[in-house]
Amino acid sequence: MATLLERNPNGLYCAQGDFDIDPWSGVDRAIITHAHSDHLYAGSKRYLTARAGEPLVRARLGSDARIESLEYGASIQINGVRISFHPAGHILGSAQVRLERQGEIWVVSGDYKLVPDPTCAAFEPVNCHTFITESTFGLPIYRWLPAGTVMDEINAWWRSNQQAGRASVLFGYPLGKAQRLLAGVDSSIGPIYAHGAVEQMSRIYRASGIPLPAAAFVRDAPARTDWTQALILAPLMSKNSAWLRRFGRMSTGFASGWMRIRGTRRRRSIDRGFVLSDHADWPGLMAAIEATSAERVWVTHGYRAPMVRWLAEKGLEAQLIETQYEGERDEAGGATGAGGEAETGADGEPNGTDEV
Amino acid sequence: MRAFADLYAALDETTKTNEKIAAMSKYFSTAPPEDIAWAVHFLIGRRPKRLIETRKLVGWAIEEAGIPNWLFGESYQAVGDLAETMALLLPSAQASSDLPLHYWVEERLLPLRAWDDAARRNSLIDAWRQMSEGQRFAWNKLITGEFRVGVSQNLVVRALAEVSGVSTAVLAHRLMGDWEPTADFATQILAKETADADVSRPYPFCLAYPLDGSVEELGAVGEWQIEWKWDGIRSQLIRRGWRTFLWSHGEELITERFPELEAVGGLLPEGTLLDGEVLPWKDGAPLPFTQMQRRIGRKELGGKILAEVPVVLLAFDLLEWNGEDVRERPLEWRRQKLEEIVAGTASDGHLVLSPVLDGTSWEELKSTREQARARGVEGFMLKRRGSPYRVGRKRGDWWKWKINPYSVDAVLMYAQPGSGRRASLFTDYTFGVWNGDVLVPFAKAYSGLTDDEIRQVDAFVRNNTIEKFGPVRHVKPELVFELAFEAIQRSSRHRSGIAVRFPRMARWRTDKKPEDADSLDTIRALLPKE
Repeated sequence: MATLLERNPNGLYCAQGDFDIDPWSGVDRAIITHAHSDHLYAGSKRYLTARAGEPLVRARLGSDARIESLEYGASIQINGVRISFHPAGHILGSAQVRLERQGEIWVVSGDYKLVPDPTCAAFEPVNCHTFITESTFGLPIYRWLPAGTVMDEINAWWRSNQQAGRASVLFGYPLGKAQRLLAGVDSSIGPIYAHGAVEQMSRIYRASGIPLPAAAFVRDAPARTDWTQALILAPLMSKNSAWLRRFGRMSTGFASGWMRIRGTRRRRSIDRGFVLSDHADWPGLMAAIEATSAERVWVTHGYRAPMVRWLAEKGLEAQLIETQYEGERDEAGGATGAGGEAETGADGEPNGTDEV
Repeated sequence: MRAFADLYAALDETTKTNEKIAAMSKYFSTAPPEDIAWAVHFLIGRRPKRLIETRKLVGWAIEEAGIPNWLFGESYQAVGDLAETMALLLPSAQASSDLPLHYWVEERLLPLRAWDDAARRNSLIDAWRQMSEGQRFAWNKLITGEFRVGVSQNLVVRALAEVSGVSTAVLAHRLMGDWEPTADFATQILAKETADADVSRPYPFCLAYPLDGSVEELGAVGEWQIEWKWDGIRSQLIRRGWRTFLWSHGEELITERFPELEAVGGLLPEGTLLDGEVLPWKDGAPLPFTQMQRRIGRKELGGKILAEVPVVLLAFDLLEWNGEDVRERPLEWRRQKLEEIVAGTASDGHLVLSPVLDGTSWEELKSTREQARARGVEGFMLKRRGSPYRVGRKRGDWWKWKINPYSVDAVLMYAQPGSGRRASLFTDYTFGVWNGDVLVPFAKAYSGLTDDEIRQVDAFVRNNTIEKFGPVRHVKPELVFELAFEAIQRSSRHRSGIAVRFPRMARWRTDKKPEDADSLDTIRALLPKE
């Protein structure tokens, strides 16, 4: 059996093609699944990503980086390995990477979810021999309600905060989650404001043709703004910052898959947890794996060991592989700097995604 | 069940006292009395005797969830709460139950104990199928007896007071003692007037605050009554209706465990209620508390243990006199009557008056306090002269002025995940000290770190694991903590040969290296002389 990818110090490496997928340091040629910073590191000579994700990758890497892109479904050959990108449904431009050589097909999922999201193309199952899947939420306790139900909960929370005269501050990833929230909440309820890190990303979405309701920069709001009617989208790292104080009386919410667990909800000392994730839940992971018809599955970041054991018991050839991807974190940015980078920057593993 | 599960969720969702009280008030003002009684029962932390073996309950949940046992185990490790793990793993809820709480408790929960396994299984699976996810969670909590939702009895009392208009002091009293969660009871607690007829009912304990500032800030020493702070079981001894009741601070009726004190009760005047500490006592001084633990653990009290570990009630307050509630009378008045009662009771040494200490200045008392450890007490109690006996923990009249705890620098050796809000974080630690060049486990501690520090230690544990034994991680000996504890004893049950009381983390000594930690020899020197 041909091995198209192997683990090397930078992550997943294709020897035949001489390229790396989502390498965590600079290489000659990096294939990028999506623009979250645990998958996209600066310093490579050339980058290749899905066209829909190019503006986000560009925003992250700066104007000097050499970035090429491909439409979903289109393919190119690199040293005899055929490469194509297929929607992963995680965030705008997120892709699964399909590799083919001499009839052997491998797919690297990157991060993905199966449920519809108006801000990005829907996940497409791709037939393959070997599927390399994430497992951020790889335990059966993780089961999501439909996003519409969660948006109803958020709308109801926002309205009740308005009645109680307090601002609604909703934390979530500035890239991906925040735009999904923006697209999903009922913007007729009241004004929506956004932290700079969120709004910068939203602008790229709008420029890419994703319709999102308007959100004003918090920093542009006049001094005596009445925040009590507003929904404010912010990265979690702003939670303990002086930036937050301007809103006065507030209720805080956090949209994350980790909010499924009461312990993590309570530990955050956030008023409301909304269970909304851009990763697949357990049934989603299982459905995705089945849809690929793969006989071999490699499991990366998340609850790898239980997933591997479960898949092995189902008769698949499953294997755990080490990566530095972090999936969805529930911690605020630690020692990292300001802006969107800090939120998605490295800040240690999420609780519970330790190898188990 | 819907309203109750909603109440649980509302309480769980907020850390704000006012919101918790509002959620409870809303429930108490709309639920039927039968449900209120049970809700109060559970909210203040009472629970039915064990209904069912957890192993069986989990087995049926696993069966219903259709997953292998090991996957349940992995899930439990991530969640850290059994009731919640089951609720999260059961098949997606298709229903929601409108049946009232008292139905679920009386018809479905309590009978579990009597049913055979087949009936239990059928009933539980049927219950889960009728309930929403939130209801299943609250229901599982009731079954496992782990129903805790971060409300104190005090908050429940405040919510009841809001709904009923009855004062919190009266309500707190009505919730004491042995009551059955019936509709009648709920009607009585919320009633403006009730004949508070239960002869066994104790009063809410007046609790002291730890003295945080300097003692001089309390003003003149003459304004304070000073006693030793005894380390026993805080209890009320009641003589009413020619019957004797001994209640512990945990509101457990412990009369039968202490026949000596039941006998003392029989000698007290009718209508008397004493507050004090139950202590193991010999030759005019307390025995180490570990001796008491030997005694508490036993079902049958033989002559040997009664002779080896005799107990006394060290009385320090009088709450009822001639059948009258005298809690509002000034301290001196109560003390005077207490002294008369103790003097008039031929208790064969089992009723002892907590001595009042003389002190003309704080300086003098500070030096007297140095004797505390040698006397087997924890320091001083300071009670404001003229003060009433208050309900619960109120700042200002009663202070505990404890001696500084022992402290030792120890090295983090093992860690395991906590439960509840600490689930899936490594929060429970075992610390070691040096015996030659080997670290010997010495004490476990769970408290004392900030959330931030816990997160840092958690990250350390994950990155520095040497070995895993189930959930326990053996970590690289690197982090040093100052542990504080209250008492130290020899122990054959501990590998270090030492047992300490109330160990907790006083400080993270980031300035120290593991080799700077204390040795077993240094700690042995703290042991009382043989």
